[in-house]
Amino acid sequence: MNGYALTLAGAALVALPSGALWWPERRLLAVADLHLGRSERAARRGGTLLPPYETEDTLARLDAEIGRLAPATVLCLGDSFDDGDAAACLAERHVLWITRMQAGRRWLWVAGNHDPGPPGLGGSHLAECREGPLVFRHVALAGAAGDGSGEVSGHYHPKARLAGRARACFLCDDRRLILPAYGTYTGGLDICAPALASLVGPKGLALILGPRVVAVPLQGLRAGVSASSASR
Amino acid sequence: MAPGPGAAYHPGMDRLPPRIDAWFAARGWVPHPHQLEMLRRADAPALLLVAPTGGGKTLAGFLPTLAELAENPRPGLHTLYISPLKALAADIRRNLAVPVAGMGLDIRVEDRTGDTAAEARRRQRADPPHILLTTPESLALLLSYEDAARTFAGLSRVIVDEIHALHDSRRGDQLALALARLEGLVPGLRRVGLSATVEDPPALARFLARHPDPCPVLQADPGPDPDIRMLETASPPPWAGGGGRHAIPEVLDAIRRHRTTLIFHNTRAQAELFFRDLWLANEEGLPIGIHHGSLAREQRQRVEAAMAAGALRAVVCTGTLDLGIDWGDVDLVIQVGAPKNVKRLVQRIGRANHRYNAPSKALLVPANRFEVVECVAALEAARAHELDGEPRGPGPRDVLIQHILARACAGPFDADALYAEVRTAGPYAGLEREKFDACLDFAATGGYALRAYDRYQRLVRRDGLWHLRDPRAALRIRMNLGTIVGTDTLKVRLRGRGGAPLGEIEEGFAATLTPGDTFLMGGEVVRYEGLREMTVEVSRERGREPRIATYMGTKFATSTQLAQRILAMFRAPAWPDLPAHTASWLALQREVSRLPEADRLLVETFPHDGRWHLVAYGFAGRNAQQTLGLLLTHRMEREGLDPLGFVATDYATLIWGLARVRDPAPLFDPRDLRAGLETWLQGNAVMKRTFRNAAIIAGLIDRNLPGHRKTGRQATFSSDILYDTLRRYDPGHVLLDITREEALKGLVDFGRIEEMLSRIGGRIDHVALDRVTPLAAPMFLEVGKVPVKGAAEQRLVEEKAARLMAEAGLA
Repeated sequence: MNGYALTLAGAALVALPSGALWWPERRLLAVADLHLGRSERAARRGGTLLPPYETEDTLARLDAEIGRLAPATVLCLGDSFDDGDAAACLAERHVLWITRMQAGRRWLWVAGNHDPGPPGLGGSHLAECREGPLVFRHVALAGAAGDGSGEVSGHYHPKARLAGRARACFLCDDRRLILPAYGTYTGGLDICAPALASLVGPKGLALILGPRVVAVPLQGLRAGVSASSASR
Repeated sequence: MAPGPGAAYHPGMDRLPPRIDAWFAARGWVPHPHQLEMLRRADAPALLLVAPTGGGKTLAGFLPTLAELAENPRPGLHTLYISPLKALAADIRRNLAVPVAGMGLDIRVEDRTGDTAAEARRRQRADPPHILLTTPESLALLLSYEDAARTFAGLSRVIVDEIHALHDSRRGDQLALALARLEGLVPGLRRVGLSATVEDPPALARFLARHPDPCPVLQADPGPDPDIRMLETASPPPWAGGGGRHAIPEVLDAIRRHRTTLIFHNTRAQAELFFRDLWLANEEGLPIGIHHGSLAREQRQRVEAAMAAGALRAVVCTGTLDLGIDWGDVDLVIQVGAPKNVKRLVQRIGRANHRYNAPSKALLVPANRFEVVECVAALEAARAHELDGEPRGPGPRDVLIQHILARACAGPFDADALYAEVRTAGPYAGLEREKFDACLDFAATGGYALRAYDRYQRLVRRDGLWHLRDPRAALRIRMNLGTIVGTDTLKVRLRGRGGAPLGEIEEGFAATLTPGDTFLMGGEVVRYEGLREMTVEVSRERGREPRIATYMGTKFATSTQLAQRILAMFRAPAWPDLPAHTASWLALQREVSRLPEADRLLVETFPHDGRWHLVAYGFAGRNAQQTLGLLLTHRMEREGLDPLGFVATDYATLIWGLARVRDPAPLFDPRDLRAGLETWLQGNAVMKRTFRNAAIIAGLIDRNLPGHRKTGRQATFSSDILYDTLRRYDPGHVLLDITREEALKGLVDFGRIEEMLSRIGGRIDHVALDRVTPLAAPMFLEVGKVPVKGAAEQRLVEEKAARLMAEAGLA
């Protein structure tokens, strides 16, 4: 596996090149910010008519990952749908596809800012969720947990620029892990943006996606403050 | 209703209306023959005037309007004037005020551009002036309003100024469609085009006229031939690179001996570097300014004002000064670097001596040895009045899609009528119905194989007419109008409260900067401090060497005709017209290898510095040679020839690698090259950039409007993702088809590779040598080397990461 192994609050985790998080001990797969139905939502609201293939593409990648790892639990870390209606407007075959992936395993939908309510699909809907020493929530909370737990979140779609190329990345320090966006139609926020800089300190690492996940100290990356509007 | 064409002024009369005649007489002026001729032929449905700079072109265009309004005053819009530049529209407004006041005419003249206040713009739509001066973009916007028919009611004439600068661009295609729309609103509209000297006036005429109507061309006396020479310098030009800094003492001397000198450069970065060194050598402190498109508007306006006041002795500039704005009494034009294109050279030279019937004076400064050859070839072509120009293909469909959307904003339309109207625009005269329908389908539904949006179509058909489904979409469509897609740029300011704006740099260049880096901006060295709210903050830094400013370099490709002239020159037994250093360089090349020829391809291979090298002298222009490099290295990688990288110039591609190429001929198999284009090149960055432009123009993605950008862009994602998604799930999509078509004639320029392949007809001369040849040597000094990617990129990322980890003690 070309992932990057790390430990958070005692839990041994693997950051996968796809942007998903794998917890082998619990056979738990976490993905953040799928943004399913993004093109449908844009069209519905009179925006541009984006190619309507991102739900297909995102589900295909997730399905392949599930097929490879056979997780006992799949945890979607919020903003799984681009808005509340996007889940309801999902094509019939995509609903069936999700149902098929859910068969035989626990499936958790964590609420996000785009999709605060339950999606009306199988699985459980939670505001946040605690698994052993880890808390999974959509948006990271500022400040220390104080109880020694580790926090896993999404929301920010972090990206880092290295050797002239901007790529999606995980961000982590000893208490916190922020996942990149898994959805096909997602942009990113540069790790130098103030919102991210205040969450993950200078001792943190960026785990940059690619054929292999590459770890880079944030200090080194932020020294070369770059345009904060990095795009893939 | 407007009076019929020519009703106010009687055509065929040789006499000016008394008021206009008196105005000329009071000044002691006599109208130019072509100005009178324009009056005589005022009722022609379409007429193109070709006149040299300084020939009173603009007045010639407006005289019929002034005559008609003098004889027969009436309210409402009479004449629409379109220029490629906002500044030109404002300039013309000021210039027209003089004769209008002098002739005692009660004529309202107003300009309308992106800079016009919203209040004035609203008023102009309800109560238009007699003469409205505008740009193609503002015209497209005006036509997208529901009240367009009322605004343009009574319009009698359209004048397209500097039409040569518009017709072979997307802006020109947009304008042609707008003219077709205007004709639909006010049938019988007369069209007048004003052009500088061009190679093919009939092509311009076809662009201007309603297809298939004829459009006569009126040729003004071209005036005396310009006085152009190559500047002789004490030190020979360098082997490679641009800039012309070796010529600074001679250039300063020329500035001293003239009133006002314009010094043209081909790129902004070169202009900056030259300007800096010119100032370092300018011991007597001659007032010299710099002007280019990346500088802040305030900076540019200061230079323009100083120029108009005659306070400057020289201005270092780029193409922004190419167009006909009258900024003072220029008596010398210096072109630094090869002009790449004879037509541009002649038009630039026209900037000098803005007086009719006085020869323009110009000096050419070749920036390197090869450019000496190119400059001599360009001089010969200019003396022979042989201008160049690439034939332009059919009008791009992304522009058509935008036009369809804008048409829908103005109100419901019938598809058959719109198709017929579009085909009266020159660039779209040959448009097939099938292609039009695909564009309409894209505008309406997105045109996807998966019909996902039937409920949310952008355009819907009711009672046989196409309507905008959601009227709110009109605002968005209008905000995205226009065909100029700039690269994303960031503003540069001096650090500190209210720091002065200096200009803009490309976002990609900004991203490579780290605090402490230095670059040139407006002639001064600045130090990068950091990024704050999407603005690059810098401080002044004296006495340090700048990093090369790479922002916004326009790289022109040498024209086909100029390349042909150079190849013809190579056939000569000796070169008495060339400076000795260049002539002996060519003679040496002939001795150790051979000189390239038009009907064969010279390929040299030799070892150098532990690597094998291959040079292909295709003379196909920079873009095509670059594409050739991409295709050849891809092929070489497959054949285990281990290419490591390549560099392309206007005349050759140099490839280096680990293996020796013993037989290069199979690499140039036309079928293989075309196949490589179809498969591998599709994933290339050039294609993605072309796709982005097409997607923005066609309204698939929104423009980044200045002032609308946020620091956090989680919500927006790159157009590359859309490109990859379409290629995977909908490879037959119309936008991919448009991208392919545009890339082939634009950045990929495969057309010129095809031209080269048919020219050489399989005749390949392979010369194997044991060392670098004289003609190849300068290529080793070229910048812009392209590494062959693949496994290399990931290795680069990992090495950099490992180094940073080690530095942080984390390895």
